[in-house]
Amino acid sequence: MNAFAKPTGALDFDALRPPSPFMGEAHASWRRELRKFVERELAPHVNEWEKAGVLPRDVFRKAGEFGLIGAGFPEAYGGWSEGYDRFMGIVTSEELARLGAGGVSAALMIHGIGLPPILNIGSEEMKARIAPPVLRGEMQISLAITEPSGGSDVAALLTRAERKGDRYVVNGSKMFITGGMTSRYATTAVRTGGPGAGGVSLLLIDLESRGVTRTPLDKQGWWSSDTAALYFDDVEVPAENLIGAENAGFIGIMMNFNGERLGMAAGATASARVCIEEAAAWAQQRRTFGKRLADHQVIRHKIAAMVQRVNASTAYLEHCAWRVSQGETPVADLSLLKVQATETLEFCAREASQILGGAAYLQGSRVERIYREVRVNAIGGGSEEIMRDLAARQLGL
Amino acid sequence: MKVLVPVKRVLDYNLKVKVKADQTGVDLTNLKMSMNPFCEIAVEEAIRHKEGQPNVAGSHYKAGTVTEIVAVSIGPDQAQETIRTALAMGADRGILVKVDHEVEPLAVAKILKAVVDAEQPQVVILGKQAIDDDSNQTGQMLAALLGWPQGTFASKVEFAGSKVNVTREVDGGLQTVALDLPAIITTDLRLNEPRYASLPNIMKAKKKPIDVKTPGDFGVNVAPRLKVVKVTEPPKRQGGVKVKTVQELVDKLKNEAGVL
Ligand SMILES: Cc1cc2nc3c(=O)[nH]c(=O)nc-3n(C[C@H](O)[C@H](O)[C@H](O)COP(=O)(O)OP(=O)(O)OC[C@H]3O[C@@H](n4cnc5c(N)ncnc54)[C@H](O)[C@@H]3O)c2cc1C
Repeated sequence: MNAFAKPTGALDFDALRPPSPFMGEAHASWRRELRKFVERELAPHVNEWEKAGVLPRDVFRKAGEFGLIGAGFPEAYGGWSEGYDRFMGIVTSEELARLGAGGVSAALMIHGIGLPPILNIGSEEMKARIAPPVLRGEMQISLAITEPSGGSDVAALLTRAERKGDRYVVNGSKMFITGGMTSRYATTAVRTGGPGAGGVSLLLIDLESRGVTRTPLDKQGWWSSDTAALYFDDVEVPAENLIGAENAGFIGIMMNFNGERLGMAAGATASARVCIEEAAAWAQQRRTFGKRLADHQVIRHKIAAMVQRVNASTAYLEHCAWRVSQGETPVADLSLLKVQATETLEFCAREASQILGGAAYLQGSRVERIYREVRVNAIGGGSEEIMRDLAARQLGL
Repeated sequence: MKVLVPVKRVLDYNLKVKVKADQTGVDLTNLKMSMNPFCEIAVEEAIRHKEGQPNVAGSHYKAGTVTEIVAVSIGPDQAQETIRTALAMGADRGILVKVDHEVEPLAVAKILKAVVDAEQPQVVILGKQAIDDDSNQTGQMLAALLGWPQGTFASKVEFAGSKVNVTREVDGGLQTVALDLPAIITTDLRLNEPRYASLPNIMKAKKKPIDVKTPGDFGVNVAPRLKVVKVTEPPKRQGGVKVKTVQELVDKLKNEAGVL
């Protein structure tokens, strides 16, 4: 019945998760039911989806019915937010990460970055039009910020939107857009004013409009998630699709990043935990030089070092989540947390691969896939370099 | 019609069972506990007869056949979580009968009989057994105590007026028995595939009521009547051997295995 490696006891995914002072019965129920959903609806198909390079649309509908897509979003638009605190969000990230296929959650949860700007600063009419079908899993919405000319320096983006009567005319291009091939809409950062952050707006662009071209991009990892370059050639967008006020889009983008970074940190930490689970199971079975791998001091220390870093990341994660749930926006710590989590992931993916040996190099295992997902975690949503720089600035350096 | 569904909290079915070093029982410390899978099937069956299956053409599950589902668990405080799972799946309310030690099937059946007397359900759907001690006794004992007909190891349950037809998995095939209500049904593995509770239902379940009782409230003595002498691991299976010829095989079956 279980699609995963049989737990070997003390070092399985659950036993490795330190008890949380912030999680109670509701979190445990959500974890249990979500795990059933993941094991029944997602896990058996991962290899097929990875090969196909795209997630079938009925998976979104199933996840919508189950409540996964609406999790944390307002009930008024078909979501479920009562009792869904930051720690429920961590449970969601962890259980999806346990699948060991980041591309599946990147695709399935794309609305997690595409939709919030609309709900945070969009008009009532736009919220009512877009959010319900997205939360039902009937259509997808991407976030398009990065351009071929660069992603780190968001304020320097080049795509232009000119106001002409009751429409905007958009010209330019976007790069690395998750869900870009399959989403109906993209929450798109465009330049409506002068240079710098003060000239940036957010525009909801229907990707089926005339003048939009999409090109698929092949990637190192995250294969279940389609990624695209988007080209806008005199694309006409109704003026009511402006999200928030003109030239006030930058704040909407920044608000989004904080939530995204917390989620990515939770996912990266849990993926690192998957690496330990797999490595520990293998180390306790595999014998070399007359004893178990786990009995060689070098290997024992590798596993202990992985646990050490994952537990430190988990404690930092929960502390940041607690601060956010108290109403704070600890930007420096959210940035450093993301770095902490992705460096932990990088370390654990490497060490688990060494412990698995040649088996780690064969396609289809969780560690092999996670190894190929390290860079997108360390670069996407704010690279490690940019995160440290942001933190240093926030710290007043 | 009102249905009572007893649910038991057991060691999660994914976990490997380990015997305690002192051989007094199975080690449960810090291990994940879940609802007994056969009980999950029982909850699912009750819900399907309540909700029907509007998306399945010709389904024998008709909405409204069942109108209320009461989940009851006998166990420690934490068994409330098991009841919450049933409530999140779709049961209406819960009853916890709080006991902190193991309760043997006969005592469980006596408590359930008292709950049945108080609640007056038309049907009790139970798992055919719990995966911890695999007794496979409670449903049958409850039927005897109540004097109700029983349909055990059900693979299909169809309500028809004042009767219920239960298809049972028996050696060599399927047997269908028609029972007069009220009746006892115990579930087999192939009866249905239990649902996962949706997020909204998990949240709503937190507001559904759970009554907490003790065996004393029902005047039932739950003191154990059996003494566990010793619990041991099953003997390790020996690895297989390859034989070169049919002769060698026959020889081994005769002289080593002693089956010929
Ligand atoms: C699989 C995948 C999916 C993605 N999905 C999306 C999406 O859905 N939507 C979206 O908008 N974007 C998406 N991205 C883009 C991602 O956010 C960017 O790749 C990221 O922001 C970095 O931008 P860049 O690649 O243009 O690198 P650049 O900005 O060109 O930076 C290149 C390198 O230089 C470093 N660097 C840059 N500036 C500095 C500095 N000041 N000091 C020190 N070092 C510096 C960076 O850390 C990086 O290592 C995705 C990327 C990937 C790989």
